[in-house]
Amino acid sequence: MNTDIIPFIRKESLHILRDKRTLLIVLLQPAVMLLLFGFAISTEVNDVRVAAVAPHRTAGVTEAVNRVAHNPNFTFYGYIQQNEIDDVLRRGDVTAVVVFADDYDRAVMQAAQGYAVNPPIQIVVDASNTNIAGTASVYLQNILLGTASAQSLFETRLLYNPQMKSAYNFVPGIMGVIFMLVCAMMTSVSIVREKEVGTMEVLLVSPVRPTKIILAKMIPYFVISCVTLAIILLISRFVLDIPMSGGIGGIVFVSLIYLALALALGLLISTFARTQIAAWMVSAVVMLMPMIMLSGMLFPIENLPLVLQPLTCAVPARWYISAMRKMMIEGLPVGAAMTELAVLCFMLLAVLGFALKKFNDKLE
Amino acid sequence: MKETAISIRELTKRFGDFTAVDRISFDVYKGEIFGFLGANGAGKTTAMRMLCGLSFPTSGSGTVAGFDVMREGEMIKRHIGYMSQRFSLYDDLTVMENIRLFAGIYNLTPYRTRRRAVELLSRLNFLGERHTLVGALPLGWKQKLAFSIATLHSPEIVFLDEPTGGVDPITRRQFWELIYEEANRGTTVFVTTHYMDEAEYCARVSIMVDGEVRALDTPAALKRQFATDSMDGVFRTIARGAKRAE
Amino acid sequence: MDVIEINRLSKRYGQVRALDEVSLSVGRGELFGLIGPDGAGKTTLFRLLTTLISPDSGAATVEGLDIVHGYRRIRELVGYMPGRFSLYPDLTVEENLNFFAALFGTHVQDAYDLVAPIYRQIEPFKNRRAGKLSGGMKQKLALSCALIHRPSVLFLDEPTTGVDAVSRSEFWDMLAGLKAKDITMLVSTPYMDEAQRCDRIALCNEGRILGIDTPAGIVSRFDSRLYAVSAGNMFTLLQATRTFEGVDACYPFGSTHHIVAGGNFDAAALDGHLKADGLQDVRIAPCMPTIEDVFIKLMQR
Repeated sequence: MNTDIIPFIRKESLHILRDKRTLLIVLLQPAVMLLLFGFAISTEVNDVRVAAVAPHRTAGVTEAVNRVAHNPNFTFYGYIQQNEIDDVLRRGDVTAVVVFADDYDRAVMQAAQGYAVNPPIQIVVDASNTNIAGTASVYLQNILLGTASAQSLFETRLLYNPQMKSAYNFVPGIMGVIFMLVCAMMTSVSIVREKEVGTMEVLLVSPVRPTKIILAKMIPYFVISCVTLAIILLISRFVLDIPMSGGIGGIVFVSLIYLALALALGLLISTFARTQIAAWMVSAVVMLMPMIMLSGMLFPIENLPLVLQPLTCAVPARWYISAMRKMMIEGLPVGAAMTELAVLCFMLLAVLGFALKKFNDKLE
Repeated sequence: MKETAISIRELTKRFGDFTAVDRISFDVYKGEIFGFLGANGAGKTTAMRMLCGLSFPTSGSGTVAGFDVMREGEMIKRHIGYMSQRFSLYDDLTVMENIRLFAGIYNLTPYRTRRRAVELLSRLNFLGERHTLVGALPLGWKQKLAFSIATLHSPEIVFLDEPTGGVDPITRRQFWELIYEEANRGTTVFVTTHYMDEAEYCARVSIMVDGEVRALDTPAALKRQFATDSMDGVFRTIARGAKRAE
Repeated sequence: MDVIEINRLSKRYGQVRALDEVSLSVGRGELFGLIGPDGAGKTTLFRLLTTLISPDSGAATVEGLDIVHGYRRIRELVGYMPGRFSLYPDLTVEENLNFFAALFGTHVQDAYDLVAPIYRQIEPFKNRRAGKLSGGMKQKLALSCALIHRPSVLFLDEPTTGVDAVSRSEFWDMLAGLKAKDITMLVSTPYMDEAQRCDRIALCNEGRILGIDTPAGIVSRFDSRLYAVSAGNMFTLLQATRTFEGVDACYPFGSTHHIVAGGNFDAAALDGHLKADGLQDVRIAPCMPTIEDVFIKLMQR
């Protein structure tokens, strides 16, 4: 019997529209999370006060200090003595102190000629705020490196994220989590709800094929996720000023594959969860937690314990976030994320195949 | 003059414009098995909540187990027992653990708990099952156990919400024997049900329609009054004209 | 060939024999009742016949189609109303009906003559969400939805549980109307008093069938004399009667206790005995057995 799929999609859409609170949360959550991470939990380096210790104020030292002083993110506090370092840091007068070696100029020269030298600069940072400490020290290094290497005719620039705005790095992470949440959790809960209420029995007893029931369930959530994707991309571009120079087409394409994968995972969860609570628990706790921990969203994968690193390969979000970082932040074309795309496609086929096989038209 | 366990006058509950329970008045005597019937949406549940001290009436007066329904909800709760078909016991606790839990809820001393537990279990012939998970017991056993636990703290009144739905006829009779025995001891039993054959077991029944009590008498008298041979006939005649459907 | 034929059908869940070698058949246009408590296997039988689960052993056919091999065809022919409320509470009455029509690839108009007598009663509330309907109205909507594709066989699993007496009676009237249209129906209920509305009934308990017959036929199987006894104190009465000579069994039965009398039972002697025990208003009279009396007797075998 060939029944039209439209009434099924209409019915699913009605379920979603009737539950206004959930719909609102699903649509607002990405915007709120993006803005929160983007601005509120900012790890930006802003107006960091820096002091310098220099036994000899040579030309090289002065130039380096000037570069720091002229940078809008830093305020130069002044030269201090070696024994004052601890005091100024403790008092909170400065966040960082740059200590130049006696033979700074000579060491820089030798380094430029390829000789191995002892590091001529030491950066002492107040690490009580780790975010600022980390960013500030990297940032300082680059500014100072710029000075030093000017003479050796090469210049290091911070590519991709020259201002090191941390919001950039969070965007792909948030995308990875939100799509998983919306698609997997909502699809699985909505299918399991029918089991719990008892309507699934009636659906199964009807001649309609399970694939149609499933497809009709997935399409509305897919549409909602596309709206979410659009919201995220718009906020990224116009509020957070992420250039996305790698091309929007590739970003959208990889995202759609990821959405489909999340839907398939939701379907898979629904085949073994019997209650809505169970479906919710599986998607939220069993899936979401490893996703946040192991996807590289919060902690760089290279920093994880070695035993955990291979595990991250099984987390879909890891591949998606990595692809998005390449395309949205580094501005690379889709070709640079081919590995990630291939892994996601493979996962999609595997999960979907397995879920469809498990979702049979009997109650057992 | 018989002693009353429940005595209410003009009890009313309004939710905004909607009068869920409309000036109901009746007495339930001590040791009586009283049936409280009504169509879907007649206001049975709301009325019963007021009697159990779970919700305060909008107006009216009355006492349940000697306490004022308008003011002493907490005291009422302490002196009544409650059992519903939907929630009775914790399936993942053993028989004895359930008993101890409810004994704790009603502040029974450890000595009294032990004594009541042995009494209850031997009456039900359950002593051998006291360490069995309640979830593993057949439905009929669960219901008998639930009733016994609802009367564990020797309440003056026990409220039963559709107590014997879905059990086999033999278990059902064992259940009613327990109720008769409890009533014989002086406990008042207040039963709500949709099932008219359950109503036949009650000494007197009231029938609620559209928030009002439309009939109250012994089943035999009601059958005579409505010239029918079953409570089903009585109920249908009275409830046929119901305007409200939840 | 009968519309439903069941031959030694068994189904087991772990250690529990949900259905134990059940055999029965239901003819065209018959209103057949499965009467029994929870755990009797009624729902398991429905799920087997609606092809939602597969049997462990035995066989069954619906409209001549095997429940294992012909299950796709069966699903097109049967209507099913599961035990729980099985509609979408967040959709309106009308949306539910339209959806179920779409589910079977049909339109509400195509079955209007069949559904109308039932649906008309809830049509004034067609824009109300199904979850906000009263028990009786939910039931009518569920029945309308189950009929939308003009099934020739209707499976109704405890349709009247949790519904008030007036709505239950109306529901059975509707089933009688469908019977007149030659729809075969298998209905389950835990309530003995509903058995009278069926053409034939099967008394079930713990996965087994205790007896199959017309309601009158079932009652005629009761082969003992039966008395109804009442007195002022029903509890004392029960204990006093049980120990009396010639009483095979005595159990509460509504406003009286029923006495299953043995060969040497003497009603007058019991009357004297009870009065001597101090019981007041003692009444003993012969009475007609009901289906419940038969059920109790069959269970004790």
